[in-house]
Amino acid sequence: MKKEMSIFILLVVLCAITAILNPRFLAPENLQNTARLIGAYGLLGLGLGAVIITGGIDLSVGSVLALLGVLLSMAVRQWGAPGFAAVLLVIIAAMGLGWLHGFLVSRVRIQPFIVTLCGLLFYRGLARYIAGDETKGFGDAAGLETLQKLAVGNVFGVPTPFVLLIVVSAVMWVLFHRSVYGRYLFAVGNNEDAARYSGINSRRMIVSAYIICGVLVGIAAVVFAFYTNSVSPSSHGSFYELYGIAAAVLGGCSLRGGEGSIIGILVGTALLQVLRNLVNLLGIDASLDFAVMGAVIFIGVLADQLLKRKKDR
Amino acid sequence: MTSPLLEMKGISKRFPGVVALNNVSFDARPGEIVALVGENGAGKSTLMKILGGVYQLDRQPDGQPDGQSGAGEIRINGEPVVIQSVNDSMRLGIGFIHQELNVLPNLDVAANVFLGREPRFGGFLNLIDRRKIEAETEKLLKRLGVDVSPRAQVGDLSIAHRQMIEIAKALSLDTRLLIMDEPTSSLTLAETNRLLEVVKDLRAHGVSVIYISHRLGEVTEIADRVVVLRDGANAGTLERDEMNHDRIVQLMVGRDLRHVHTPKTDSIKPDYFIVENLRTRRYPNKPVSFTVGRGEVLGVAGLVGAGRSEVAQALFGVEPALGGRTMLDGEELKISSPREAISKGFCLIPEDRRNLGLITDWTVRENVTLATLTSYARAGLVDFAAENRAAAEMSSKLRVKTPSVEAPVSQLSGGNQQKVVLAKWLLRKLKVIIFDEPTRGIDIGAKSEIYELVNGLAADGAAVIVISSDLEEILRISDRVAVMHEGNLTGILNRAEASEEAIMRLAVGHSKS
Repeated sequence: MKKEMSIFILLVVLCAITAILNPRFLAPENLQNTARLIGAYGLLGLGLGAVIITGGIDLSVGSVLALLGVLLSMAVRQWGAPGFAAVLLVIIAAMGLGWLHGFLVSRVRIQPFIVTLCGLLFYRGLARYIAGDETKGFGDAAGLETLQKLAVGNVFGVPTPFVLLIVVSAVMWVLFHRSVYGRYLFAVGNNEDAARYSGINSRRMIVSAYIICGVLVGIAAVVFAFYTNSVSPSSHGSFYELYGIAAAVLGGCSLRGGEGSIIGILVGTALLQVLRNLVNLLGIDASLDFAVMGAVIFIGVLADQLLKRKKDR
Repeated sequence: MTSPLLEMKGISKRFPGVVALNNVSFDARPGEIVALVGENGAGKSTLMKILGGVYQLDRQPDGQPDGQSGAGEIRINGEPVVIQSVNDSMRLGIGFIHQELNVLPNLDVAANVFLGREPRFGGFLNLIDRRKIEAETEKLLKRLGVDVSPRAQVGDLSIAHRQMIEIAKALSLDTRLLIMDEPTSSLTLAETNRLLEVVKDLRAHGVSVIYISHRLGEVTEIADRVVVLRDGANAGTLERDEMNHDRIVQLMVGRDLRHVHTPKTDSIKPDYFIVENLRTRRYPNKPVSFTVGRGEVLGVAGLVGAGRSEVAQALFGVEPALGGRTMLDGEELKISSPREAISKGFCLIPEDRRNLGLITDWTVRENVTLATLTSYARAGLVDFAAENRAAAEMSSKLRVKTPSVEAPVSQLSGGNQQKVVLAKWLLRKLKVIIFDEPTRGIDIGAKSEIYELVNGLAADGAAVIVISSDLEEILRISDRVAVMHEGNLTGILNRAEASEEAIMRLAVGHSKS
């Protein structure tokens, strides 16, 4: 609880500072927009969190977003599939990729970094090829209004992606922190050999984590596709995996595995999006966007390290 | 009598909680092969590591070796020396070929032999004189009778060849005293003979060799003297004409202990667990067969590297066996993962407690319940109250000394950690329990508690296998003792036959006579 508390306090402080320096932060449209982004990016954070808890990583998330975005657009525009069928297709494809990653990591024993780095490059190239390197969109195709609402709509004033995130988080919280599955997952991430010796099917656990990540990335792909309403295969989703990883790390997931908190990931995601908002509202040069985030993440992790060392002494 | 090349007198070495060496003496004469033998933990490696500069001998509180009391002194050719680093040792002409070879597989033979001392052209660029290195290396290799090119990649060479390269390296350093630690443990018979010839040849050239080995056959073949250590102290020295297996074994083991064995009631049902021709990955050509009765404790003795842990891992499904079959209570088993083994009622208490037996970052409760978590779950969700109760119960039943079950398991002592590992399994119904070195690093008090638990498990009707390098322990708790040597099961002794000497004989490779 302590870790989540401290970044939550940091979040509150950050919001307060931003609100004081530029009251537009608290304007409904701004809050809504930020919440919308938190919702979308939060799904990525949760997905990556699952994988990181097993001691792995997934660098291909951004490229998968592009590939699935292209797939979604083509399914709807070129193949004339009904909206929900297309979404289902995208999610199944995402699960398939997740399974593939999990298989390569747990059976073939290739390091997750390598598997997903290759994925990052491969899927991006594939997306560009399939799309003929053209930006794909959804135009004004009928029947897609419900899906579009998924990304840009609100539920009682609260952006739909945010609501979606809350629902998914609740499920994942129970799964990770209250169920047998969750206990096993953390065991495998902490010490795979000890977990095996205790009778846990570590391979299956690892594959399942990557599949969970796949599902969440699939959902996020739909949200992002309709949010931007067009998918440029060469740039859509670029670097998004870093947001997810940063959120997970800020939220208390150790890259070594075996540690993590769903609430922490949520707060971490919120922190990052508020930071972006802050850069915007305070008139800080947009080019420093990444620099500010990088600095804050580093300071956050550093502070955590120093506090830990102090505690051990 | 030639004056000694090396004299070590009054060498003591203490590590936290254990006395590794107690006033040990050792010497070597020029051009002599001295064998250094002893059980696991007798102090052989420690003594040699002090000579090799890896460890430092204990000094008097004022930091000076006290010449008067003869404590802690090393002399080379009569001159007292101080060895504080590997470099110091090397400079004195001492070479050390460790059991784990120290060659660089990514470089070639010549580079390895002259590593760090490459002859150079001098001048501005100071380039390495490759031709000279290769020529010198060629000479050394010829002298050792090794048919390998100086340009060969060491990574491609067999262990036997790599060993030769280490010897070549030592020779190129003008080594006068060569320490070889278990040099033949990874060699074939032919390679071993080759090595022994080389060692004899070294002696002929005036190099002294300290030969540490468990293989008494080799020792009696080449050694001029054998020095035996036991429990960190000198147990005796035998000259060549006094040397024979039995005498060496007697000195190695020497204790006159009365072993307390709880008499088993008749309730052992034999052939409950049958292992037939089990072949492990490490020893694929050495099938192992044995049986364990229900209610019986089978001790498995042997020296390090005998292949016992490999058998345990094969039985538990960690490293599936290459062949053979196992039967439990008449049913044939096909086990290829720990999960399957556990479902059949097996459990393994691993040797590496901290890394394999426990999740050290977790609490006592979390560790104790890890193997039985589904029993406290409803619809996949953990019932904390039930889990807590089970953990607390088991923990008090085993008398685990911990402030609470929420304490991190890393804070517990070794003995209590082992109890937590046991607790994890006792919550299940077990049919076959395999212990691998159950009391390593545990104090005497906790040891007896563990023995009680082991006996209790057998009394409850399980088949228990205890792998141990502690002969006292084996004799104390076993109903029968199986002994392994280099992958072979050299014999099974029943209670009447089991004695430390009998076990030792089988452990060093003799077959049951």
